[in-house]
Amino acid sequence: MRLRLVPEVTTFDFFKHAKLTFGASVLAMILAILAWVVIGLNFGIDFRGGTTIRTESVQAVDVSAYRAALGPLGLGDVTITEVFDPSFGAERNVAMIRIQAQDGQESVAADTVAMVEQALQAIAPSITFPSVESVGPKVSGELIFTALMAVGASLVAILFYIWLRFEWQFSVGAVVALFHDVILTIGLFSVLQIRFDLATIAALLTIIGYSINDTVVIFDRLRENLIKFRKRDLRDVMNLSVNETLSRTVMTSGTTLLALIALLVLGGDVIRGFVFAITWGIIVGTYSSVFVAKNIVLFLGVNREDKPTDKGNQFAGIDA
Amino acid sequence: MLDIPLWKRVLILGVIALGLAFALPNLFYAKVEGHNDALVEIEALGATPDRLSRAAGWPDWMPSTLVNLGLDLRGGAHLLAEVQVSEVYADRLDGMWPEVRDALREARAEVGTIRRIDTTPDELALRISRPEGMARALQIVRALARPVVSLTGIGTNDIAVAGQGDTITVRLTPEEQAATDDRTMQQSVEIIRRRVDEVGTREPTIQRQGADRILIQVPGIGSAGELKALIGTTAQLTFHPVVGRTTDAAQSPGARQMVLPSLDESGVFYIVEQTPVVTGEELVDAQPSFDQNGRPAVSFRFNPSGARKFGDYTAENIGSPFAIVLDNEVISAPVIQSHIAGGSGIITGSFNVEDSTNLAVLLRAGALPAGMTFLEERTIGPELGQDSIDAGRIACLVAFGAVLVFMWASYGLFGLFANIALLLNVGLLFGLLSVIGATLTLPGIAGIVLTIGMAVDANVLIFERIREELKTAKGPARAIELGYEKALSAIVDANITTFIVSVILFTLGSGPVRGFSITLGLGILTSVFTAIYVTRLFVVIWFEHRRPKTIEV
Repeated sequence: MRLRLVPEVTTFDFFKHAKLTFGASVLAMILAILAWVVIGLNFGIDFRGGTTIRTESVQAVDVSAYRAALGPLGLGDVTITEVFDPSFGAERNVAMIRIQAQDGQESVAADTVAMVEQALQAIAPSITFPSVESVGPKVSGELIFTALMAVGASLVAILFYIWLRFEWQFSVGAVVALFHDVILTIGLFSVLQIRFDLATIAALLTIIGYSINDTVVIFDRLRENLIKFRKRDLRDVMNLSVNETLSRTVMTSGTTLLALIALLVLGGDVIRGFVFAITWGIIVGTYSSVFVAKNIVLFLGVNREDKPTDKGNQFAGIDA
Repeated sequence: MLDIPLWKRVLILGVIALGLAFALPNLFYAKVEGHNDALVEIEALGATPDRLSRAAGWPDWMPSTLVNLGLDLRGGAHLLAEVQVSEVYADRLDGMWPEVRDALREARAEVGTIRRIDTTPDELALRISRPEGMARALQIVRALARPVVSLTGIGTNDIAVAGQGDTITVRLTPEEQAATDDRTMQQSVEIIRRRVDEVGTREPTIQRQGADRILIQVPGIGSAGELKALIGTTAQLTFHPVVGRTTDAAQSPGARQMVLPSLDESGVFYIVEQTPVVTGEELVDAQPSFDQNGRPAVSFRFNPSGARKFGDYTAENIGSPFAIVLDNEVISAPVIQSHIAGGSGIITGSFNVEDSTNLAVLLRAGALPAGMTFLEERTIGPELGQDSIDAGRIACLVAFGAVLVFMWASYGLFGLFANIALLLNVGLLFGLLSVIGATLTLPGIAGIVLTIGMAVDANVLIFERIREELKTAKGPARAIELGYEKALSAIVDANITTFIVSVILFTLGSGPVRGFSITLGLGILTSVFTAIYVTRLFVVIWFEHRRPKTIEV
């Protein structure tokens, strides 16, 4: 007996509620952009400079006491958040302290960090500082630029590759779907105020990579079916293609999500934000492959006239 | 039909065996690391029973390269330093002054007396008392220009000389500045490397980044502050003529003179000439030693040009004091008793043995040619890294278990083939990471977990395709063959796009992002390899032995 998440043959009409799903996507994107503009992203020190100090103590973390201890130092904006993880237990209380970039300093001077450490040791004698990271404003500006470059370059490269291997309509569809995924992820990060740093950019690019993977598999089947069923309606061929690949889509998303959930729960708090972004992206990416990318292609239409009759599989000749 | 030629089978199995052999040392990380360290120590310091037994902990004939652990996993310090390359221009111009002065003095009849005037640090300005001799003076100074020694600067001179009224200004040309910057960076990297090596930590990364930055990562060091103290200490040793001695720090020195505090007598200051006679850059050796009274001291030796300058100066100035200056503090100001030839000497002061040893080390390593500002500092404690490794390991195992069960439940025997391929895939990935000497970071572990999830994708594509082909009832062999053939274009297109993303991440990313992109990119390569070659080989071998009439996927 096999485990079947999806029945052997499905004939879902994925366009039945096209207006609803597409409308929902557009609405979600608008909300995400609004959240981004209104609430704003919680940038980590990678992007706005400053210092983060991770503290660990036997005593419970008392955020207001920490704040009171650091207040007299006059460091400007100081954020203190307690960190929770199932693996910590009662003896390990962890907090993250973020200090804004100090005026006129490229990175927080060692004596500032020493001052903070002393002030905290006074109220929590057992406190240790497992990590201290400091990024100067000069570098953080460059890091933002590089990050934007990376996302932009990936989108352009994918646009180009899909255009090369498929048709331009497909590449537009794929890139719109990727935009959708990226915007929704940024929106979620704004709403939940999860720290947005370099690792998050890596997560965004992974989402792009995964989502395009998913989209390409459906497109590949569509390409094949368009040759096979030259007379059928484009919409029907699309539905057929998605139904045929549905089992694979669900299987792959399923295994990837299984792995990611393991990492999310057990991987420790240091990379939780990063893993969370990818997990969310896999869900959104799968959705967008099925409901966004091909809607765009349908909307743009595909020119089916100039297809050679027996083009066949482009890799048929390769002996694997 | 379903046949794979023998040579191809051998090749596939060979690649797997090789990959696994290279991955194997990582399973015995501590042991292999001990073996590698012991070999290095034996090479450098000689064999001891302890080192030999540690070296014997891992057989020599086995591969012994390990995946490097990144700072976030091992703990340590990370610094991004920016070198103030333009500081060196002033030193270059200062160094040129005696030469310019001497050349113009020979033509005193035409240009009159010459005097250096204060100006911005990036130029050397001097005034001649006979402006009518300007043309001759410019000619003399220009004759001192030398061609730039660099690939891009061929055909240009190192200095640009301009005259206006009675003032001559000398500046470095842009080409010479570029060449100087390059030398400054090389020197800085080299000096930082020597200083970090002196404390003997494992696998430090000292890398030049861009035009004027250096990335320094040292595993196992306590904090970024310690690392900064280690490389930031300038230990600039210079020898200056002494003009006078004073107790007033605010006393204004004469032109091109400066006031420096004394190191051991508080409240005592020396007025010295700004231009040193000799600098520590011309030292070839410095050793801790003892003076004739048995007090700790540092003995040093100059290179030939330093020795000549030092010898000439001492010969001309017998009876007058000169100052030994370390980092802008006067260590001592002895009176020159006699001509010191041979270029060696001894520095005495109120040192203890540890001080003199440290000073000798710093002098030997040389001074950094220019100051540095630190743009980025990160300290990661070793416990935090160990926690991350433990958490990552558990997450990997659980992810593995879940995916294996899921695949087996979904595809039965074929699922098992895919599972074996998945295990081999991770093995190959570690093998590859070890061979290319990649660094595993925390996001890199996430990349591996993601690869575990995504690696089955290619197999899923193939198996789903075989299922579909079975429906058209062409027989199992044909269905398997078609399944592989038709799934290939989807696998290739899907993975190439993801691979493009990982390449972009690698090129543009730094630090953790790069670590992630490496495991993601290599994971794509190994997963495609295992899906289209390895599982296929398993399926074919199984099919040949069983010859089933029907198959269930």
